[in-house]
Amino acid sequence: MASASQLASSLSPSASPQLAKRAELSAIDASTKLPALFFFGSAVLWLIVGTLFALIASFKMHTPTFLGDYEWLTFGRVRTAHLNAVIYGWSVNASFGVAFWLMARLSRAELRHSGMLLIASAFWNVGVTLGIYGILTGDSTSIEWLEFPSYATPLLFFAYALVGAWTVITFRFGRSKHIYVSQWYILAALFWFPWLYSVAQIMLIFSPARGTVQSLVNWWFAHNVLGLWFTPIGLGAVYYFLPKVLGKPIHSYYLSVLGFWSLAIFYNWAGVHHLIGGPVPIWVQTAGITASFMMVIPVIVTAINHHLTMIGNFSKLKYSPTLRFIVFGAVAYTFTSLQGSSMSIRSWSEVTHFTQYTIGHSHAGMYAFFSMVMFGSIYYILPRILLKEWPSAKLISLHFWSTALGVIFMVLALSIAGVKQGIDLNTLPVGADGHTGSPVPFLEIVKNTIPWLKLRSYAGILMTIGHVAFAINFVWMLLKARPAGVTAPTLFRDVPELEVSR
Amino acid sequence: MNRAPLIFLGIFFAIAFSWTGIILTNQISYGSLTPYVNADDGKAYPQSVPGDAARGKLVYQDLGCIYCHTQQVRQPGFGIDIERGWGERGSVARDYIRESRVFLGTMRTGPDLRNVGTRFAGQGGREWHIKHFYDPTITSAGSIMAPYRFLFETKAIIGDASPKAVQSLLPENHQPVAGSEIVLKQRGEDLIAYMLSLKDPELYPEEATKVYVPKAEPAKTEHGAHGAESNKEAAK
Repeated sequence: MASASQLASSLSPSASPQLAKRAELSAIDASTKLPALFFFGSAVLWLIVGTLFALIASFKMHTPTFLGDYEWLTFGRVRTAHLNAVIYGWSVNASFGVAFWLMARLSRAELRHSGMLLIASAFWNVGVTLGIYGILTGDSTSIEWLEFPSYATPLLFFAYALVGAWTVITFRFGRSKHIYVSQWYILAALFWFPWLYSVAQIMLIFSPARGTVQSLVNWWFAHNVLGLWFTPIGLGAVYYFLPKVLGKPIHSYYLSVLGFWSLAIFYNWAGVHHLIGGPVPIWVQTAGITASFMMVIPVIVTAINHHLTMIGNFSKLKYSPTLRFIVFGAVAYTFTSLQGSSMSIRSWSEVTHFTQYTIGHSHAGMYAFFSMVMFGSIYYILPRILLKEWPSAKLISLHFWSTALGVIFMVLALSIAGVKQGIDLNTLPVGADGHTGSPVPFLEIVKNTIPWLKLRSYAGILMTIGHVAFAINFVWMLLKARPAGVTAPTLFRDVPELEVSR
Repeated sequence: MNRAPLIFLGIFFAIAFSWTGIILTNQISYGSLTPYVNADDGKAYPQSVPGDAARGKLVYQDLGCIYCHTQQVRQPGFGIDIERGWGERGSVARDYIRESRVFLGTMRTGPDLRNVGTRFAGQGGREWHIKHFYDPTITSAGSIMAPYRFLFETKAIIGDASPKAVQSLLPENHQPVAGSEIVLKQRGEDLIAYMLSLKDPELYPEEATKVYVPKAEPAKTEHGAHGAESNKEAAK
């Protein structure tokens, strides 16, 4: 609301700088209201749709006859629909909203012509819908992370260009002279993604490269979507919300710089670790392993920076929903990144590659880290743009516990299943007499994974409960009347001294 | 770090670096590998697949088979793919040069399929696949593969029974009602043609020396496929 700042100054000519700053922030927040609501709303919708696909796929893995006669719901399609719905539907929509909201706030610039972002949101969601429809009806490209058929991608590209351009324009119009660490991450991600996406589209779909060069392009793209899009946006959000909610600065500026540049240099080489032992040149595999291992540097640096900011403030986790989700995400980031580095080691990759262990790892990254950070961000942003509070702290609590426990159970179940599966798949059993036997029969390996796959389905049900609680709270909040006076933030329990700044 | 142009330059070079290293360098170094022409039979290997198999590959693509099956045999000494009978040698880059889309895959919920055409060949192989696609547990008890019954259709017998009817291959509980028969749709036929076509040729001479470098000392070769003992470090 542009009038908010005018109002503040009109009440008192010597309005305190703090008050003016608040007024400026609320004007900026108000300028992002409609597009942010659109992106977050569609993100929540896709989260529910993607979760349903996930449940179907997960049940099919241990009970293949479940919905077995429907071609459009066959495992290979519904699993793919799940991935694309939660990645391009939920995660990207949420990350767009968080990215331009953060950029507007940190640059101290109102979003101009926000209608363009509404158009972008419409294009993006129509593109994703078309893409998912294409996958379910048999038009998938079967290129991992790029399954959307070619009639959906131009829409996505156009929408992306609009969001990217608008966020950069907002940055350029900013009044802030300082460029905060979250802004580095967001600017970098905005630049990296279109490069990755265009190269992948050209070299895989329009004019496919020859032979396994395709596989290199595929994994350079797919791993970098995680490393150069989701990770920077997620880390950017952590870097903003952690100090914001705690009301203290980030531990070390220099560690942020080191963390940023080491991530920029090492992450984009890491993707080749998906091809260890495959028919691609050995030197590029080795380079991929090295880069994956060097990722320990940015991860440890960022972990120290985040966790030293947090230290001494753990009691605040009892009260603030945003903090709880963000801290869970930040800890998961440290865990999943170190796990990822270890998985690139040749002898450990020999076991874990091709198994459920990898699926566990990807959920640790995309869910326990990224999605939890997005949940936390949305819990913070929405009250500020809607000027009303979350209707139910109980639902937020239910959301947190069911998703946190759910994803922990899921990662554990898949990791245990994967290690057993990998050892049996790739090593010859040694008998008591010291002689190596013949390989463990394949169907026995399948049988051994089934109990863990069932546990994964139960964990999935738990997460679904959390998502439904989140969606109910979201819709309830939209419908709820705005209160007349100033409201206090929704906390899990009352704490008079905790100041959550707006 | 408050200088936007400098940050931008750094961001640009970071990705340009990996793009050059991973994509461009490899595209230049082996992006134009050519088939090997065998002087004895005058054929170019790997051979192109027949049309029905090429159509079958599209079925493989649209049903998402790659999410459970790889198409790459690991080199000896790295995993036990060869001991499992998934191939006589590890896969090499040249094997894939004729494929407009490469399905290496990243998951082995099911077995590797790179040489499934060797394991199940001819009429027997075709019949195995028919049973397997109709209900995977007919051939593989305990399998969690999805049934692909939608690749078949059950229809009333009009006039003579179809010579392509397949119900005689299926067990009691899958028999259609009297007067009708089960036939494979064209998509199913194509997919099976693709399965039967999946087999890599013998190792190309260039890879035999460059990829499978013989060890200096003649080690005990217990599983030395194709003469040359492998050296996984040198495997390409």
